[in-house]
Amino acid sequence: MNWKSETNTGWGRVLQAEESVARPERQPTLAATLGETPAPAAGLRRSYGDAPLNDGGRVIDMTRLDRILGFDPQSGVIEVEGGCTIGELARLFAPRGWLPAVMPGTGFATIAGCIANDVHGKNHHHMGSFGQHVKSITLIGSDGKPRVIGPRRSGALFRATVGGLGQTGVIASAKLQMIPCKGDVMMVTERRAENFEQFLELLDGSSATYTVGWIDATARGEALGRGILEEGETGSGLMPRPRKARRVPVNAPHFALSKPVVRLFNRAYFARVPAQGRTSVRRIGQFFFPLDRIHDWNRLYGRRGFHQFQCVVPIAAADTLREMIETIANSGLASPLAVLKRMGPGRGGMLSFPMEGYTLAVDFPNRPQARLLIARLEEMTATAGGRIYLAKDSLATGTRVKAMYEEHPAWSAEVAKADPAGHFTTDLVRRLDLRNPA
Amino acid sequence: MNSTRPETWIILGATSSMARAFARKVAEAGATVILAGRDIDDMKRTAADCRARGADAAEVMKCDARRPETFAPLIARADRAPGTLNAAVFIGAMPAQTEIDTDPALLRSVVTDNFTGPAEFLQRLAPLLEERGAGTIVGVGSVAGDRGRIGNYVYGAAKAGFATHLSGLRNRLGRSGAHVLTVKPGFVDTAMTWGIEGMFLVASPEKIADDILKAVRRRRNILYTPFFWRYIMAIIRAIPEPIFKKLSV
Repeated sequence: MNWKSETNTGWGRVLQAEESVARPERQPTLAATLGETPAPAAGLRRSYGDAPLNDGGRVIDMTRLDRILGFDPQSGVIEVEGGCTIGELARLFAPRGWLPAVMPGTGFATIAGCIANDVHGKNHHHMGSFGQHVKSITLIGSDGKPRVIGPRRSGALFRATVGGLGQTGVIASAKLQMIPCKGDVMMVTERRAENFEQFLELLDGSSATYTVGWIDATARGEALGRGILEEGETGSGLMPRPRKARRVPVNAPHFALSKPVVRLFNRAYFARVPAQGRTSVRRIGQFFFPLDRIHDWNRLYGRRGFHQFQCVVPIAAADTLREMIETIANSGLASPLAVLKRMGPGRGGMLSFPMEGYTLAVDFPNRPQARLLIARLEEMTATAGGRIYLAKDSLATGTRVKAMYEEHPAWSAEVAKADPAGHFTTDLVRRLDLRNPA
Repeated sequence: MNSTRPETWIILGATSSMARAFARKVAEAGATVILAGRDIDDMKRTAADCRARGADAAEVMKCDARRPETFAPLIARADRAPGTLNAAVFIGAMPAQTEIDTDPALLRSVVTDNFTGPAEFLQRLAPLLEERGAGTIVGVGSVAGDRGRIGNYVYGAAKAGFATHLSGLRNRLGRSGAHVLTVKPGFVDTAMTWGIEGMFLVASPEKIADDILKAVRRRRNILYTPFFWRYIMAIIRAIPEPIFKKLSV
């Protein structure tokens, strides 16, 4: 196997790693490489922090193992290699009436990445998390031997693998249950929420299949927590072909997302939707993966990169949520990218993020004040009995995270059995000391 | 390429990433895909991928450039192929020049893999296309074939031989209505180039596959892909030999 020296970062581009990377194109090469030099896998590196990094070590790049191995048009069960992306499945199968049951906010996430982070989507309140629709996983351990695991067979290992950050082995392929859809267009209804209280009412009252809220994290006073609720249903119809994706060619200067710019942008973005709301038709990708058409959009945050804070807090902690949004608004540090959603109880693994409640995600340019603010938000999350999302994290501490994930001891025990030598350890796992049960 | 005008694509060297990308594209257009190569298990996976993407049918056959006896069954299968018959040859191997310098016997296999093997297959396939008076052969060479360079002149010589053969075949098949496209990719991001020092302007296999399909539709003769390699190679070819022999480009 050839190894290539690369400097890689997570999507937030704050943390980076010098890695020796192999990129197998065939399954036997993957198995042989893992047998000789077991190493953690990486996909398209859409986790924001250091989940896909292994500084000073080896990494297996899975992006060339991205084939569809089988599809049953009767049942909607599909088998894919780990490097296949969610966007590719949506593009290919939505016109034929099937969609991955859960789709994260970017189509560039790989299936193995979706499993390893047990991702959620705009339908979490109905469908639960990604891992709950995984029928089986072909996992290659540090011995290089593939082994098929499922929720019934080897349940503990399966639940340690789903949301398990790649620590039990490399996900070579997986069988997924897709869900029926009407076609590859979306009927989208947008509604204004004038303030936080109204936003929660709209979220709680929404019965749409897909729901997501954009929140103006700069609005204060009367308008605190205002935003736009988007509700979507799949439909059939004809839409013009998407325009070609654009690319952000260079790092943006630091004032690109400064306070006045963000305020202005947010005001315009809010006012775009008429006061009485509106319904429109969009291409499926436009609704689910709105930012995918701007390649390398993370460069908009400049050379220093950015952090995304994402937490979930129980429904009863709505007051804490309001306080968080107020703290963020008063800091003036937020970017336009801020999302508020309802979550159901569904979770597929021991280290899965979701819990019934509200989830808030906000991007911040990487500045000392932002890091302090995020620490404060983490504290509020912990006090409210919530969790932060490891796929987004680059700042938290192990003690805090372990206290948020009650099944962490069970997870670390299972990981210790699957990979006692710690071959699959990544920077995130090291930073948070996740292998350590205490 | 649609149901009213069925197409068959025979893809040789189907385990390469360029071939995979190409197979996917013709599969999505609804073609029948016949994948040929040495690693049957791997090709079965690619065949499943092609079927899931909309190929009319996708099958797998053994083909080894070093074993010409594997050609006959493939030719027989091609003869029964529905619709327009096309073939794309992605077979190739590039051991380091230093390895060949140490073990000159390697030259024979490099020439077989990159030139005589694929050329013999196409020689046998040509009458089928002539008979049908249609179809396209895509032969993937390399910009390395445009001039012998210290870094990989044996590989380059084999690719040059293949390019000359393709040129002659084009001359021959054009008379019956069939067509031959010579493809000269520059640096492509494949397992062959992964981790090699000094790569620049590296293109993705998907980009190459896109360019090839476009060139097939337009019945282009010689395709440099990405396009700027045409100019890079024009410069490299224009350097006078007395100077070139002292360079290590």
